[in-house]
Amino acid sequence: MRLTTLALILTAMALAAFYLGRSRAAAIGGGPGKARLLHSLPKYYGYYTAMWCVLPGLVLLLAWTALSDTVITGRVIEALPDSLRNQPEAQLGLTLNDIRNLAAGQMVDEARRPEFAVAADLYNNLRTASQRLLSGLIIAVSFLGFALAWWRLQPKFRARNHVELAIKAALIAASLVAILTTLGILLSVTFEAIRFFRQVPFDDFLFGLTWSPQMAIRADQVGSSGAFGAVPLFVGTLLISAIALIVAVPIGLMIAIYLSEYARPAVRRVLKPLLEVLAGIPTVVYGYFAALTMAPVIRQWGDSLGLDVASESALGAGLVMGIMIIPFVSSLSDDVINAVPQAMRDGSYALGATRSETIKRVILRAALPGIVGGVLLAASRAIGETMIVVMAAGLSANLTANPLESVTTVTVQIVTLLVGDQEFDSPKTLAAFALGLVLFVVTLILNIIALQVVRRYREQYD
Amino acid sequence: MAMLTPAETRRRVDASLRRRYRSEWLFRLYGLVSVLLGVGFLLVLFATIIGNGYGAFRQVFIQLEVQFDPAVLDPEGTRQQDTLASADYSQLVKTSLRTLFPDAEDRTSRRELNALVSSGGAFNLQKMLLADPTLLGQTRDVWLPADDEVNVFVKGRGPAAGAGSGDEAQRLSDRQIAWIQTLESSGKLEQRFNTIFFTAGDSREPELAGIWGATKGSFFMLFVTLFLAFPLGVAAAIYLEEFASRNWLVDVIEVNINNLAAVPSIVFGLLGLAVFINFFGMPRSAPLVGGLVLTLMTLPVIIIASRAAIKSVPPSVREAALGVGASPMQMVFHHVLPLALPGMMTGAIIGMARALGESAPLLMIGMVAFVVEPPGGPMSPSTALPVQIYLWADSPERAFVERTSAAIMVLLAFLLVMNAAAVWLRSRFERRW
Repeated sequence: MRLTTLALILTAMALAAFYLGRSRAAAIGGGPGKARLLHSLPKYYGYYTAMWCVLPGLVLLLAWTALSDTVITGRVIEALPDSLRNQPEAQLGLTLNDIRNLAAGQMVDEARRPEFAVAADLYNNLRTASQRLLSGLIIAVSFLGFALAWWRLQPKFRARNHVELAIKAALIAASLVAILTTLGILLSVTFEAIRFFRQVPFDDFLFGLTWSPQMAIRADQVGSSGAFGAVPLFVGTLLISAIALIVAVPIGLMIAIYLSEYARPAVRRVLKPLLEVLAGIPTVVYGYFAALTMAPVIRQWGDSLGLDVASESALGAGLVMGIMIIPFVSSLSDDVINAVPQAMRDGSYALGATRSETIKRVILRAALPGIVGGVLLAASRAIGETMIVVMAAGLSANLTANPLESVTTVTVQIVTLLVGDQEFDSPKTLAAFALGLVLFVVTLILNIIALQVVRRYREQYD
Repeated sequence: MAMLTPAETRRRVDASLRRRYRSEWLFRLYGLVSVLLGVGFLLVLFATIIGNGYGAFRQVFIQLEVQFDPAVLDPEGTRQQDTLASADYSQLVKTSLRTLFPDAEDRTSRRELNALVSSGGAFNLQKMLLADPTLLGQTRDVWLPADDEVNVFVKGRGPAAGAGSGDEAQRLSDRQIAWIQTLESSGKLEQRFNTIFFTAGDSREPELAGIWGATKGSFFMLFVTLFLAFPLGVAAAIYLEEFASRNWLVDVIEVNINNLAAVPSIVFGLLGLAVFINFFGMPRSAPLVGGLVLTLMTLPVIIIASRAAIKSVPPSVREAALGVGASPMQMVFHHVLPLALPGMMTGAIIGMARALGESAPLLMIGMVAFVVEPPGGPMSPSTALPVQIYLWADSPERAFVERTSAAIMVLLAFLLVMNAAAVWLRSRFERRW
């Protein structure tokens, strides 16, 4: 039976259980509309029966789908002839893959072998059997659950409390997804990174000065054993992020100051959403703009000054990234500046200070921690930004601080190492996860510091 | 220090005032310049993209008199569907081009002549004939899409515009240009609205490439994301705002959500690759996996927005509900949630808009494949709109510049609609308590 049909049957059963439970509750509570004897409203008895009808089946379904494939694969391997069964692990994996493909009806080149066809048949049979068994079991369990709930329906039974408990459990589970995500990121990335560090020493990676992840395809190949020194990537990332921040912080801050302190409300109402449009533009669009418009402009400009500019210069990517971050800096600073109490401004004006003096000597000083927090958040954004640098920065890992040369970044390397089909054991692919770990840890630290600073700042004036 | 005369005091104050007003004026100027820079960037960005892209909405077509020659298509006269389907239709196009321009005699000039019409023209003829087999043996006037270089030339952009300008940059030969001009003057070449762009999947030929496949992929992905992220986000927000007591676990969850909102998107891609694809064995390039990754990414945004929406519901509503005997759960679901729902939906739409524009994590889970066929469901391989833009931006053909910009315009239009919907929702349902 297909999963969709099963889902439909379960839904129908749940609906039936709801109506049956509700009408029975109404009946034992003194007829429809007069549910005086009941503890809860009749519909809660309906919810309760429906819950017991569906939940056990769902749990069974999840457990079954998690386990069945392992069991079936084990049975198929057992049934394979010895020559195939005693292959090394990787080889066996490939064989199994072929069998699965064959079972799914795709032609596999090697799969003309009769053993494969037999195994594929067995695989299909086992799967159908498992599906049938599962469907039968789920329906049986649902009936059982329904019967259990039905038996418990008494006027004094606290159905609402039970239903609300279940809802609360669901709410808690939903809020745990965020923690699970963080854990998932941390575990998966760390796990692969540890596999990488088994092959490449940790300090070679963190302090090495050459990055060339090409691995030798043949063992006798010369000079391409792969070098995984990530310092050029870190320097490149910092260079591009620094250019971006140099562009974004002054402009963003001045925009925030102008809009919150100088601009008339009407002007502010027009300009603020207009600038927020910049924040809503997808980064791939900025990347396209950087590669197609900004890079040639910078090149021409450099040529006219007699400078040697790489076509994928750090400057181009950094400038465009700066534009992207402007609204980020300005909206964060705007919040912070608005949180400075009006009394401080009034005090400064009363002493005869001009507006700019008030801003420079009172507001900015009071708002400094918040602004620093905002800049840190912007920095973490710049470090983690991917599409702009993938499209506009280079691939060659130059160790340089010259913004006119081409540099590469951590994110660019992650993308180039992982895009396309890769075998999952080579240091080349695993290196991407090590870089991902560094990226995650660095941005996490920046975020935690920034969020702490901003929060403490807010508390100061609340 | 000696006492200053009033006149001297006045002079000094005046001087310092002049200096102070000057710096005031300068500071204000800096602010204005910054704002203008910001708006200027926006304008330049839009001008570049619209300037590059508007041309892609028109496509050049060439009218040919095509004879569906049975000798070419079905030499054995079997009239079988298979034979007709696999026949050489490009031969028809070549023959009709040669009758139109008999002056192309040697091999090079014939090849140049054939290059005027897109290789997709043959497919159009095939489709026509398969839809109506009685066409066999007849002659029809057919409009076929022109090659991408012809498109670039006719639309008057690119170095080919001036005949004889720089041999290297010129992709069309003088002969080809002469033919195009002949076609134009006889009305057999015209620009029409480009339906291919909106209905086709990806293609290696710019004139046959469209965004429909990528749009469908994005749609399936957003569907999965909305379906998962909105209920999960709202549920988490309800728990954290209404039921959670202050303890370390809740603190951890809160710090966590705030941090997740600032984790680089590419890290979510790594998570998707390691967990969904390698661990759970889900298919690569599938919108389902993309939707799952985007769900985890947008979840913090939706939770934060939903919490703000719940917070803005005044306590008096809760107290009144509890006062007339509602349980806490009834209070939340019957009174707080309906009042907070518009705010939550606004947050969800903004989160969806961000998810729609996201491409970095999708690169990680293999949604950069070259997919010609528009996906049929959330499990079939596909790309997404922003990834399609990335792929086209990397293509060397000049005609893809136009398509890329046009695809960006479509993407921005979608985002604009979504954000406008969010703004409308907010202004329509916002309540000041």
